[in-house]
Amino acid sequence: MSLSEFLDMGGYAFYVWTSYGIALVLLLGNLLLPIFHRRRLLAQMSRRQRRARAGAPGAHGTPRQNES
Amino acid sequence: MITAFFHKLSSPKYFYGIAGRWIPWLGGACLLLTLAGLYQGLVVAPTDYQQGESYRIIYIHVPAAWMSLFIYMVMAGAGAIGLIWRIKLAEVIAISSAPIGASFTFLALITGSLWGKPMWGAWWVWDARLTSELLLLFLYLGVIALYNAVEDKRTASRAAAILAIVGVVNIPIIHYSVEWWNTLHQGPTVTKFDAPSIDIRMLIPLLIMAVAFKLYYVTVLLMRARCEVLERERNSKWAQALVTGK
Amino acid sequence: MSHSSLTQAFGLLLKRDLVLALRRRAEMVNPLLFFVLITSLFPLGFGADTSLLRAAGPGLIWVAALLAALLSLEGMFRSDFEDGTLEQILLSAHPVSVLVLAKVLAHWLVTGLPLILVAPLLGVLLALPTQAIEVLLLTLLLGTPVLSLIGAVGVGLTVGLRRGGVILSLLVLPLYVPVLIFASDAVATAAAGIPITAQLYILGAMLVLALSLAPLATAASLKISLS
Repeated sequence: MSLSEFLDMGGYAFYVWTSYGIALVLLLGNLLLPIFHRRRLLAQMSRRQRRARAGAPGAHGTPRQNES
Repeated sequence: MITAFFHKLSSPKYFYGIAGRWIPWLGGACLLLTLAGLYQGLVVAPTDYQQGESYRIIYIHVPAAWMSLFIYMVMAGAGAIGLIWRIKLAEVIAISSAPIGASFTFLALITGSLWGKPMWGAWWVWDARLTSELLLLFLYLGVIALYNAVEDKRTASRAAAILAIVGVVNIPIIHYSVEWWNTLHQGPTVTKFDAPSIDIRMLIPLLIMAVAFKLYYVTVLLMRARCEVLERERNSKWAQALVTGK
Repeated sequence: MSHSSLTQAFGLLLKRDLVLALRRRAEMVNPLLFFVLITSLFPLGFGADTSLLRAAGPGLIWVAALLAALLSLEGMFRSDFEDGTLEQILLSAHPVSVLVLAKVLAHWLVTGLPLILVAPLLGVLLALPTQAIEVLLLTLLLGTPVLSLIGAVGVGLTVGLRRGGVILSLLVLPLYVPVLIFASDAVATAAAGIPITAQLYILGAMLVLALSLAPLATAASLKISLS
């Protein structure tokens, strides 16, 4: 099978490749989301800890007024 | 020794560490199997005499549908364990599974639609299997919505678990829908107990993809569960110690 | 101090809920009115083409019944939750699931039964043949209790939430769909003159399943919501 035949998928190219494309987007997305989430969480925790150590009101771990 | 392992595993701190070590290996295995399955399925497997090349959507559609059912059972099971024995890790696994299950359900529906249009001439039909799979998606979304609506995470987990358990009635309906009703959807070909009625060269990539998707699920589950554990235990000593070094 | 038996407690709770509901008769009418209005809107929307109405009628009436049931669900535990009665019910020595059954029964008598009584009129409005109207009544008789029972689980899960009403529909509708499918199929099949024993058996099975399991799930949900 040549490359162009492969990509054409017997005329069903749109259906087959859209399916695989959506699958790729969904599965990649599900993979990346927790990675970013974990980084955000650790950054948040680290910020909070630095503020607590600096002696700001709203002590160890508890959020201050204007914090997310 | 096994019980000691499970006992330790249910401690969030231990789980966070162990999961972190397993993820790269599981992810790597998943990637290898996926590539192998895709190669077998897209390049090696022969053309179907009835459906031409469009049947190759099967390598995404069927494993995704299998996962949508499997993950729901895991979610309901973990939810039940968390509900009965109040094990935090079970609660975490249940809620971490929900978005993954919903994604696979959505993927099964969409790829099914893209397969059905050239084959049946319709993007959607309200037959038993499609309808019950769509219901499954709504059940997943309901569980996620309910969990996010309750403030206290432990209460939220318990409420979501009840909903998930009640929704289990839908699973046998989906699975047996093609046997109970005369539907447009294909009958069972792989899980029959006698020889499956599919060509072995088409079956092998299907099974490879099924295993690959399971590994994918476990990988992403562990990743999400670590985040959930981190969020719940963010004020604990071990979690604070994680960021102290940074 | 006398301790009431379970039957007495069941009867007391049922009577109390019915009396309270009858005092707020206006609230009882709302879902009923909704049911009638929705069903009447469709002929007005589709034009008076009787063949179309006859074809769409069974499903339409059942969807309207479903929506009316959904509308009435919120009231099931709301006022008891707000004045603390629900907590007392949970603290009682009697099994909560039985007491929940009393409340669900009261709810059905007040919201489901009126739907059944009004349904023949709506069947006529939608040009359903007589045997279909009989089957409609039968499916409503079997189905509306299931709606109340399953709905109770949903209400139990959302009674403590701020905007519980929105989520309630999302939670409960997927579980309502099997009832809708079999009930409207039964009425449509009866309208075509074909026997409908299978559908009735399945609806009966759903009722029995809901009767035995839903109160337990509702009791568990209430305990979680009030924790």
